[in-house]
Amino acid sequence: MKEYKILAEKDTRSGFGEGLVVAGKENPNVVALCADLSPSVRMDLFQKEFPERFIEVGIAESNMISIASGMALSGKVPFVGSFAAFSTGRTYDQIRQSVAYSDTNVKIAGSHAGLTLGEDGATHQILEDIGLMKMLPNMVVINPCDFTQAKQATIAAAKFSGPVYIRYGRPKVPVFLTEDTPFEIGKALLLNEGKDVSIFATGHLVWQAILAAQELEKEGIQAEIINIHTIKPLDNEAVLNSVRKTGCVVTCEEHEYNGGLGDSIAQLLARNLPSPMEYVGVDDKFGESGKPMQLMEKYGLDAKNIVLATKKVIQRKNNR
Amino acid sequence: MKTIKELQDIATQIRRDVLRMICSANSGHPGGSLDCADLLTALYFEVMDVEPKNFTREGTEEDMFFLSIGHIAPVWYSALARRGYFPIKELATLRQMGSRLQGHPSYHFKLEGVRVASGSLGQGLSVGIGAALAKKMDNDKKLVFTLHGDGEIEEGQIWEAAMFAGANKVDNLIAIIDVNHAQIDGRTEEVCDSSSLKEKFLAFKWEVKECNGNDMQELVSTLKECKQSCFKGKPVMLLMNTKMGYGVDFMLDDNGWHGKAPSEEQTKQALAQLQETLGDY
Repeated sequence: MKEYKILAEKDTRSGFGEGLVVAGKENPNVVALCADLSPSVRMDLFQKEFPERFIEVGIAESNMISIASGMALSGKVPFVGSFAAFSTGRTYDQIRQSVAYSDTNVKIAGSHAGLTLGEDGATHQILEDIGLMKMLPNMVVINPCDFTQAKQATIAAAKFSGPVYIRYGRPKVPVFLTEDTPFEIGKALLLNEGKDVSIFATGHLVWQAILAAQELEKEGIQAEIINIHTIKPLDNEAVLNSVRKTGCVVTCEEHEYNGGLGDSIAQLLARNLPSPMEYVGVDDKFGESGKPMQLMEKYGLDAKNIVLATKKVIQRKNNR
Repeated sequence: MKTIKELQDIATQIRRDVLRMICSANSGHPGGSLDCADLLTALYFEVMDVEPKNFTREGTEEDMFFLSIGHIAPVWYSALARRGYFPIKELATLRQMGSRLQGHPSYHFKLEGVRVASGSLGQGLSVGIGAALAKKMDNDKKLVFTLHGDGEIEEGQIWEAAMFAGANKVDNLIAIIDVNHAQIDGRTEEVCDSSSLKEKFLAFKWEVKECNGNDMQELVSTLKECKQSCFKGKPVMLLMNTKMGYGVDFMLDDNGWHGKAPSEEQTKQALAQLQETLGDY
């Protein structure tokens, strides 16, 4: 299979922070708003570079979202930043009315998403944000897989016209994509060609999918790995073309089954190409305090569980 | 510049429009729409610097208005149409399927004059602050106006926004609260005591003005004072005392008319109290 190396260990939120500075240099209309978390969500980099374009809103996320929508009217490109739990869940009504329905060009950044937030526990570990955001008509949803892609996604979001939600993580994780890896909103990224199973992965689970595919290769299973960084709009053609070839599917994400990437893919396949499918994700549970990778293991979000899910789904395919 | 009599005549026609629109849709919110008819007239025909014939969402180099209490959309629609934003005859489509005049204001249908959706309460002050901050960044010296209800301010976001605007000296913003003491479940004092508004906003570092919102002369002069108070380091709050349903005797000061359409007979009775001044749509 295609070889991927760990180039560095970095957090995706830092990719956002660096990407935002690039976006700010490219477009003087880019502004940033933060709710008392600027070092945590890495907006301090933008704040330092462009103090006159940075707005500290204080601990008032709803106010922040609506202020951003007001700023967007005159052509500003506001990025709002908080923990994903607060920048989506706490502010859902504001996003729905003033951003999605009003089609304001607001970019919502959700950092510290998922179980990998770790020690702070379930109050802060949102596993429902992708579902919340993708249900809103007019909302683009992006979940980058490493530092490089997070930076690319941030720069791309600034150039995109319309509401975007981008989800980032807290811990340092492997960086395996290079700066010249293509990134286009809505375009899936083929990481490895295979014929036995399609593994669709997003966010932190992409690296785990690569590790799983390496294990599967030892047993003669050729897994196709496709990185779905843009969950909405979903790259329907990429998904269908892959599944036509492989005949079975595993989806991998740090999110609830309900409302996640697996949900979107199941919906597409049910209507076009019903196929055996397994989910690697969280099944209707809240998280808890712990070390990030400890939690990922406990909740089944790692390479080992991707391997198990793959074997199971291939067996289902073969039993058909 | 219009005379007070001319403005009063416009407000009377707008009240007629409101009643006819809501009666015809057989749904809508007459109470607040009627009591804010004077304000919307004063703003759009005398106080604000706007360009109805060349409406842009950006609102560059013009004053911008945000209706935070989206349910009184009928009075806003009528003021916009009468001011020339869109054809007056379109008022007849309120709340009908396919109409740009949605039950609550929407940008989605591209109705001239509307920049952001409202209806879910408490968001308009923050949106206005955002527009005001953008004007400051762009060195645009025009103003942002927002309109709220004294029931609406029970929403927590209003106070997040109030604290932010005072702390950050958003002084190109004039927020107006329609103090009619009426909300769906009763008097505001009974539902969740919203008294001492002046003291509350003073404590949040706002400049606070008060006036009778159903006296055109006083309203226009106070709004002009509000404009004079801008760019002095504080956001400006106008507490506008009104009576729900103002202009129609059987609706006056009765919260039962917050969101109920009058029957055809009641509409006839109401219209008899409001002379047709500019011609019905």
